[in-house]
Amino acid sequence: MFKHFASEWDGFTPGRWSNTSVNVRDFIQKNYTPYDGDESFLQPPTKATQQLWEQVMDLSRQEREAGGVLDMDTKIISTITSHQAGYLNKDLEKIVGFQTDKPFKRALQPFGGIRMAQTACKAYGYEVDPSVVEIFTKYRKTHNQGVFDAYTPEMRLARKSAILTGLPDAYGRGRIIGDYRRVALYGIDMLIQDKEHQKETHFVRMTSKNIRLREELSEQINALKELKQLGEIYGFDLSRPAKNAQEAVQWLYLGYLAAVKEQNGAAMSLGRTSTFLDIYIQRDLEKGLITESEAQELIDHFIMKLRLVKFARTPEYNALFSGDPTWVTESIGGVSVDGQHMVTKNSFRYLNTLNNLGTAPEPNMTILWSVKLPQNFKRFCAKMSIKSSSIQYENDDMMRVTHGDDYAIACCVSSMRIGKEMQFFGARANLAKCLLYAINGGVDEVMKIQVGPKYRPVEGDYLDYDDVMEKYDEMMEWLAGLYVNTLNVIHFMHDKYSYERVQMALHDRDVKRYFATGIAGLSVVADSLSAIKYAKVKCIRDEQGIVTDYEVEGDFPKYGNDDDRVDQIAVEIVRKFMDKIRKHHTYRDGVPTMSILTITSNVVYGKKTGNTPDGRKHGVPLAPGANPMHGRDTHGAVASLSSVSKLPFRHAQDGISNTFSIIPDALGKNTKIFAGDLDIDRLTQEALQEDEQEAES
Amino acid sequence: MLGYIHSTESFGTVDGPGIRFVIFFQGCPMRCLYCHNPDTWEFHRNHPVTAIELLMQYDRNREFYKNGGITATGGEPMLQLDFLTELFTLARQKKIHTCLDTSGICFQPDHPELVDELLSVTDLILLDIKHIDDQKHRELTRHSNRNVLQFAEYAGNQKKVPLWIRHVIVPGWTDDPEDQFQLGWFLGNLRTLKAIDCLPYHDMGKAKYQDLNLNYPLGDTKPATPEMAQQAREQILKGMKKRLLNNLKK
Repeated sequence: MFKHFASEWDGFTPGRWSNTSVNVRDFIQKNYTPYDGDESFLQPPTKATQQLWEQVMDLSRQEREAGGVLDMDTKIISTITSHQAGYLNKDLEKIVGFQTDKPFKRALQPFGGIRMAQTACKAYGYEVDPSVVEIFTKYRKTHNQGVFDAYTPEMRLARKSAILTGLPDAYGRGRIIGDYRRVALYGIDMLIQDKEHQKETHFVRMTSKNIRLREELSEQINALKELKQLGEIYGFDLSRPAKNAQEAVQWLYLGYLAAVKEQNGAAMSLGRTSTFLDIYIQRDLEKGLITESEAQELIDHFIMKLRLVKFARTPEYNALFSGDPTWVTESIGGVSVDGQHMVTKNSFRYLNTLNNLGTAPEPNMTILWSVKLPQNFKRFCAKMSIKSSSIQYENDDMMRVTHGDDYAIACCVSSMRIGKEMQFFGARANLAKCLLYAINGGVDEVMKIQVGPKYRPVEGDYLDYDDVMEKYDEMMEWLAGLYVNTLNVIHFMHDKYSYERVQMALHDRDVKRYFATGIAGLSVVADSLSAIKYAKVKCIRDEQGIVTDYEVEGDFPKYGNDDDRVDQIAVEIVRKFMDKIRKHHTYRDGVPTMSILTITSNVVYGKKTGNTPDGRKHGVPLAPGANPMHGRDTHGAVASLSSVSKLPFRHAQDGISNTFSIIPDALGKNTKIFAGDLDIDRLTQEALQEDEQEAES
Repeated sequence: MLGYIHSTESFGTVDGPGIRFVIFFQGCPMRCLYCHNPDTWEFHRNHPVTAIELLMQYDRNREFYKNGGITATGGEPMLQLDFLTELFTLARQKKIHTCLDTSGICFQPDHPELVDELLSVTDLILLDIKHIDDQKHRELTRHSNRNVLQFAEYAGNQKKVPLWIRHVIVPGWTDDPEDQFQLGWFLGNLRTLKAIDCLPYHDMGKAKYQDLNLNYPLGDTKPATPEMAQQAREQILKGMKKRLLNNLKK
């Protein structure tokens, strides 16, 4: 569909990407340069980088001293073009652009929910301008209002008791990755042309489905036009493709910036950009246009910007996530479907920012790990992990089977093909709490009211495995139905009131939508059921007859020790719950998936979950993700990882996370103290030489 | 045959090359003052296992152990010689790298042939020499070091089993440079020596003594620093070089 080979593409190998359609993958595969060498080519930060970073550190300090927020917009509603250009130091920045007109100033983003925006402001001593509040209460409905208009009383109650928790019903759902690389490769004009074509060639019969799509495509085109304006604000012409490395990074970043200006999503991930950008850097290096130091500087400045993405959020939100995360996840490495690894020099440069700018949790650098990655890169990753504790690893060999070689991770584990797949983020159901509901016939053990269906509670003093399993099965059946329906409401309303225009503009027309669900408390459930099966668990009831505590008599196998007796219980629960999810209608024909993923929110979930039959007490955090409960994996890391790896990816396709910490000493010996291969012949030679030297002197 | 095992560790990274499946044997005749596993001292028969069971555990996760293998430690694994030999024989059949972490104290210099079968299926020995000076060795462990040193020479020089020597640096006990030099002098004569591993003493075992209602023999002895361990290693290497040179000139 492209009429000619753009002059900005000079030097690139043409292909389907340049002849027929928007196809970033094809561009990468035809043009990238795999790198097998080591890290010795990497360059330290330039003076400009150091100076800028000092400025950032100073602003960070000021922000901390001010109580966590330095400045907030209270009047200007954030859109792609809402603000004038903002800089740290215009003369030094190679990559520019902030969410508002200055760094560290948080934008006002009320489309998800005006109350959330107000609470966030209030918490830090700011107040949203009354005119904005009026608009968003009187004239313009938000996502949050929409959801609560449609929620059933049961949904509200399940939300309140936190058996369904972290639902994106008052904030942006996030987890959508725009293919920001398209902005650099094609420029906006070609992308608009493509979108127009998509609109023209779509069904003409006006079903509600098609009307919605046509409206969305128009919104996408409008967003692209605004993105072009955003470029103009910073003095760039985004209408055409990027013609060199600096422009490529800048174009791509502005695409991302437009997304974070529009959406305050729970996770605003970047995609898989390092190898894409390497193609531009490599071309410039070969032409002698830039030096390695300048290439590193571009990446350093780009990463610096990503670290400064900030949202206005409430203290409760931050408590849930144990911080103020943005989940700017960047996926690095991996292997292409033809077996060639996709590590480039730029993969190293991205990791090198942890040296040049110091350690940081954002962007969330994620290595798509494969046994086929080059040894030098593996070593460098290990070294940087030990140094920074900031690198995430995901199994490319497993995900490549379903996702090919141009997928990326949103948030921490959610994989999707970039620009072709998106997901409806669905937070999680607390399966530990569900077990307690099964025991108490739907009565919440903390709130002491009926939340779930009034099934028959367990009777007698001791829990019987078969009896509990039967009841648990029924309770999960109920929970799965309620959960999927609640998410249906949320995503309907999100699309309606807070549609991700610019991110979806950087997708194909006919995207595959994953309907992501999630579970929390898996290890508590597995251990509880194991205790019931292999030890004796006595119920302690309160005066109302609600089981509120348990006494475990005897020992039982615990998840995390490579012991099938309990590990298979965990496997069974995952499969069962996912199968129950699959039974339900999903919004926009979303393909249901499930994650086992809570990385930080497990602390809050623990507070909301009463005593459990495994001996865990009310308030004690659940284990993160698919981790074994803290301290119960007593046979070392391999046994612990082995238990986790038994969980079936097929039934938890949105990802399984395991948070692994180990003291560096336990990873091996310090080479200075430990000799490794001691070569006696060499030692003898040394002794001889020393002897001769002594004799001479 | 049944063996008595204290526990297993699936992710051993410091007891031999690569990632290893580490088996802690129950029971030890030594009472080293700085022992950090006092819970393995007593020989009780709580956890009987067969060699096949242990190797099945290994097999389940063999992917992790590609560059590693199994390590028998304890306690003192050679206390259960027959079981240990069976374990290593089966492992050898499965081409699993076998590593024996021992104090050598059970070696009987009058009947060296008792360990021949074991040594024939052992790929590497981590030999822990507590002290080169016999008197100080007795104070430190309640045993003479005669068996230990002879085991080193027998296993290394006669049976050609590769050796890694380990030596714990304890302030006030093993930090005398002269002793370290003498240790090096001894090591210079071991022809299959592949590594020297100087471990700084740590007091992380203290809690275990409290759990077992035992007095902690080293009281408030400070942990050794990595620098001390490095200096010790250099001193030992000096002694070794001297011996190597000496042997050459002979």
